[in-house]
Amino acid sequence: MQANTLSGGFADPAIGSAHAFRSVMEAMARPGTIQNIDGATPPAPLSPATGAVLLTLCDTETPVYLASDVNCAAVKAWLSFHTGAPLVGPSHCMFAVGTWDALAPLSTYPIGTSEYPDRSATLIVECPELAASGATMTGPGIKEQAALSLPEVEAFRSNRMLFPLGLDFIFTSGDRIAALPRTTHVSAPMGATKVS
Amino acid sequence: MNDYNFAYLDEQTKRMIRRAILKGLAIPGYQVPFASREMPMPYGWGTGGVQVSAAVLTPEDTFKVIDQGADDTTNAVSIRTFFQRTAGVATTTATRDATVIQTRHRIPEEPLTEGQILVYQVPIPEPLRFLEPRESETRKMHSLEEYGLMHVKLYEDISRHGHIATSYAYPVKVEGRYVMDPSPIPKFDNPKLGEMAAIQLFGAGREQRIYALPPYSQAVSLDFEDHPFEASKADHPCGMCGAVDSYLDELIVDDAGRRMFVCSDTDYCEARQAAGHKGKDAA
Repeated sequence: MQANTLSGGFADPAIGSAHAFRSVMEAMARPGTIQNIDGATPPAPLSPATGAVLLTLCDTETPVYLASDVNCAAVKAWLSFHTGAPLVGPSHCMFAVGTWDALAPLSTYPIGTSEYPDRSATLIVECPELAASGATMTGPGIKEQAALSLPEVEAFRSNRMLFPLGLDFIFTSGDRIAALPRTTHVSAPMGATKVS
Repeated sequence: MNDYNFAYLDEQTKRMIRRAILKGLAIPGYQVPFASREMPMPYGWGTGGVQVSAAVLTPEDTFKVIDQGADDTTNAVSIRTFFQRTAGVATTTATRDATVIQTRHRIPEEPLTEGQILVYQVPIPEPLRFLEPRESETRKMHSLEEYGLMHVKLYEDISRHGHIATSYAYPVKVEGRYVMDPSPIPKFDNPKLGEMAAIQLFGAGREQRIYALPPYSQAVSLDFEDHPFEASKADHPCGMCGAVDSYLDELIVDDAGRRMFVCSDTDYCEARQAAGHKGKDAA
């Protein structure tokens, strides 16, 4: 066991997770807004933001899927020590972590059932950067429209078609997060041509 | 601060509630089941709202609690003191100074802003419950978007009373999908539910449900083309501050049955009186 397995959690778990949750909630309630989130220092390749989200939301009751690019011994040991979350495959997870390419294909994740649409996965997507530009977003939580540097557009459009079923996304980069719930309508950035 | 964990609840419980809140925000109007805990107050006293508040509060928040609009009733005072003691948060009665407002059965008169969170205490979260007592059936009705029964109920109101007589807990359709019980707020408050800048969270402790309205979402009161929804209030000005646009409580003030109408939102009324507005019953 490496020394940094035991470190990197919230200095004060109750206060740290309260602050982190407010950032996550603001992000999920106002899609497209970018929130700061800090307090966690997980091992690479996890970003501090991803670490904080995992510490805030995961425990022994939440199966987690680590996509191939974050599925290393250091991350597994850190996650197990700090949250106790069982590691599972994509089809049984409540939370999935990884970069966009590593998380694909989206069709394998649980999208909930018509009677329990909340029994669906939340994907925590590590992004190289987050910027308020790119794809335009409308829907609940957005006053007129918002823009966010999404990895692609088509996947979110087909996810929206599943409503009220579907996946919810949290994007992380460094110590910042944004989110995209299943209700958000995404359209290609102005002037961009659709690649099919 | 004393020996309680921050905001009373243990961390695992808060994580469970926080996950339910996030799914509630992602599926507006859908009631997310959660493992409601026993709280140090009886069911019916806002245990759902208290658990949601405990999960969202941070030490920097300023907390306000209203009960039917009033800051100074037993329920409001005891919940405010509860979080003062267990979370060490600042408290206020001024709507504009609060970051988290827990409410029983009212939406403040003053428009809420983007930095604020409104937490409702909900007794019966299921709008279809009095029409269909079986949870297995109402769940199916929501999944099939089968809300005909609710329209029958409103229609029966019209056939019996000549108008839709439902005056509180008036059902709304959220984002064109889920029919939602806005908790027993007067229907006067229904138009404020939609397009609100603040985050709205609903907690039902005994019934173990959490649901939410993200900011700027649609919440349309159910009605008929020939009987459109109407937000109603007592047709009087406030006796204390003279406001004509606020929701009023009717008080019987003496044995002869003399009555007086006053704002149910005490903060709104007091602020207006402090600004020099005076109603006909003001001393």
